[in-house]
Amino acid sequence: MERIVDARGMTCPLPVVNAKKAAEEMTEGGVLTVLVDNEIAVQNLMRFAAHKGYAAGSEKRAEKEFAVTIRVGAGDAQQAEPQETACAPDSRKKGLLVALTGNVMGTGDEKLGRALMKAFVFALTRQDVLPETILCYNSGAYLTCEGAETLEDLKALEAEGVTVLTCGTCLDFYGLKDKLAVGGVTNMYDIVERMESADSILRP
Amino acid sequence: METDVRLTKLAGCAGCGAKLGAGTLAKMLEGFQTHSDPRLIVGYDKSDDASVYVIDEQTAIIQTTDFFPPIVDDPFLYGRIAAVNALSDVYAMGGEPRLALNILCAAQGMAEETVREILRGGYDAAYEAGAIITGGHTIRGAEPIYGLAVTGFAHPDRVLTNSGARPGDVLILTKPLGVGILTTAAKAELADGAVMARIHAQMAALNKNARDIMVRYPVNACTDVTGFALMGHSLEMAQGSGCSIHLTAGSIPYHPEALEMASMGIVPEGAYRNRAFAEASVKVCADIPLAMQDIFYDPQTSGGLMMAVPERDAQACLAALRDAIPAAAVVGYVTEKQEYDLYLER
Repeated sequence: MERIVDARGMTCPLPVVNAKKAAEEMTEGGVLTVLVDNEIAVQNLMRFAAHKGYAAGSEKRAEKEFAVTIRVGAGDAQQAEPQETACAPDSRKKGLLVALTGNVMGTGDEKLGRALMKAFVFALTRQDVLPETILCYNSGAYLTCEGAETLEDLKALEAEGVTVLTCGTCLDFYGLKDKLAVGGVTNMYDIVERMESADSILRP
Repeated sequence: METDVRLTKLAGCAGCGAKLGAGTLAKMLEGFQTHSDPRLIVGYDKSDDASVYVIDEQTAIIQTTDFFPPIVDDPFLYGRIAAVNALSDVYAMGGEPRLALNILCAAQGMAEETVREILRGGYDAAYEAGAIITGGHTIRGAEPIYGLAVTGFAHPDRVLTNSGARPGDVLILTKPLGVGILTTAAKAELADGAVMARIHAQMAALNKNARDIMVRYPVNACTDVTGFALMGHSLEMAQGSGCSIHLTAGSIPYHPEALEMASMGIVPEGAYRNRAFAEASVKVCADIPLAMQDIFYDPQTSGGLMMAVPERDAQACLAALRDAIPAAAVVGYVTEKQEYDLYLER
């Protein structure tokens, strides 16, 4: 099934609204072409297509004529919110915060402490339920920087949606400012607030 | 409060989204001759919310104007929001509005009662602000417009510009974002009535409380987050202050329904303009979804104040603000100037 919606002359958000309506009517799926007269409508339609999980492309046909081609999937047009149903359940545990307060785990031999910390972070990646946030401060700042043995595991955790944050003052203090290799930078204010609002704090 | 004509149908752009882009404006004003006057401590060159002129050792006068086409259908509410938005620029400078003039354009087909209601909304806001509307100017035109020209006062030493932020400051925002996206969605009747009631109440709320609390603390800089969005106004603050601003996406308050709308492609034109203007100076440091970024570029009508507070005072200032304005939140912090003016972090 092919369908063309001429949304030229329509102001935002009407091109998207009309495209959405047309896509919902295309229960068998097919190609939906939406004609618009400005770049912004093109970008909004591309966002709409991405949201619905439809492949889409755009082409500029004339000075004020753009065509957005959307491949509407069969059946899924009837789903009101495909994104919600398609999403994997969130494996992160809300409110669990892990504080890495140093580059070693426990007190004692430093070499052992480093190995334990590496093992701890690795073990975190293997949990069914991941923390919501990992905060690194004091010499914990080393763990998120270039050359750290924990780097790959922290990157893997970040890729799973865990927020990894390192204290900016600490990065400065240890001269690591340019070495941060995973996650974002935070400040004491944010650290306090995150700790206050956490349900539980895990400290190796 | 129904009217025959849907006011927003008479408007091409929604609220502050109608604002000309910062880039366009700067280009247009290039090369004009102006007098210089040492008493003019904040002028156009500062990209600030209002101009400030020192009268004597005790008094600085703050001038500003703001108006826009209908953002809601209820004429009283529209008048109220437009006036609140105009008054906000004085609050953003740390001042108190005293006098105001109406700026009104009545469109064909607008009943006299509708015009009266718009004005009543304006007077309602001005009265609450403690300002007097002393007159104004009304014309007929194609598209309705309403707003105020406002005069306010502050002590010259207590004027808060957007260019005083210092490294170490914490940024606090007093109203959640997403207003532009949701008013755009409402034009297509995609937004829920309860959601819009929340948005309308937020837009109609004066920044007076926020200002009155803010001035009790040694705040370094302030701006209101309106047409240029959180990103644009943060960028102006960073550049004006010679610092870098780091916005922490995870802590920025927004209306959750706006995220849903943005991911569906309901993003107002103003958000794209704001992005185009700011993007080159912004470093996005984490994997922040496009729809979330859209919210940060979303033009806000009658948005909140964003203030830069020294870290040692931030906790107390935030606590005081939250007593009156529960939505107030820390949205970022200020550092020495780094490679980019603005960083968007997780």
